[in-house]
Amino acid sequence: MSEHIVSRKIYFAIFGALMVLTLITVLVARVDLGVLNNIVALTIAVLKATLVVLYFMHVRYSSRLTWVFVIAGLFWLGILIALTLSDYLTRGGL
Amino acid sequence: MADSHTASQYGLAHHFESMEQQREAGTLGMWAFLITEIMFFGGLFLAYLLYRSMYPNDFAAASSHLNWPLGFVNTIVLICSSLTMALAVYYSQIGKKRLLLLFLAITVLLGLTFLVIKAFEYYDKYTDHLIPGFLFDWEGPGNPQRVQMFYWIYFAMTGIHALHMIIGIGIMLVLIYMASRNRFTPEYHSPVEISGLYWHFVDIVWIFLFPLLYLIGAHEAH
Repeated sequence: MSEHIVSRKIYFAIFGALMVLTLITVLVARVDLGVLNNIVALTIAVLKATLVVLYFMHVRYSSRLTWVFVIAGLFWLGILIALTLSDYLTRGGL
Repeated sequence: MADSHTASQYGLAHHFESMEQQREAGTLGMWAFLITEIMFFGGLFLAYLLYRSMYPNDFAAASSHLNWPLGFVNTIVLICSSLTMALAVYYSQIGKKRLLLLFLAITVLLGLTFLVIKAFEYYDKYTDHLIPGFLFDWEGPGNPQRVQMFYWIYFAMTGIHALHMIIGIGIMLVLIYMASRNRFTPEYHSPVEISGLYWHFVDIVWIFLFPLLYLIGAHEAH
């Protein structure tokens, strides 16, 4: 019957991780790594978003149906981006 | 109010069997809304990705003119506000009204801090003639038309994000009013929980906007 209450300790740990990741993303951006800059920046952003969704938004402790909703949303976002880019990036001579 | 179980349980709407079912329905409803928001912002991110892949150098030149330290401070402010929002949800769950009010108020203040910093940034862009339109003037490296395209996307995305922040602050103020009127109990606090989902979502949008808009030119110029 009762909902899962996430402890304050977990919230502060996630907050610390988000701060450290923000610092890393800024420090890495100051160095020119070519294509790697984009990969690192996006990887860190995805990591941060995942931490927020799982812990701050309680999805980790939510029902299976909530998981289905979240994953369906991300799947459709994937279709939007992947199919569009697979068109534009293979046209050549843009 | 003929049913005995509805009369006995504060906050339980008559069409739900139990508090748990009601909570679950509320959470799912909010996620369904957030998915439409993901699609909405997704289209904007897609526009950004397409134009950036076409004009990488112009976008980097345009981005290097954004004030990344201010964007960085705003990222910190928003992450702090997500923590205070999470703590507000926590205190609503264990029924600590004063701490719930305190953390909702801090969340509002952090949200306002974000908007004030954003306003200063917008003003700088105005004085530098970087608002897209016929006053747009770009002297730096890169094709001015393509640089202007970056600034269209910058203002569209950060502007809509800021609008979400303003709505979020309005929701927080309603929550503060409701909490001060003792509307929430450890059994019934779905409005706090669901508004928290919205607030964290807006934070996630910024988590992507900051590196994509501010940092792509950070190792150039300056």
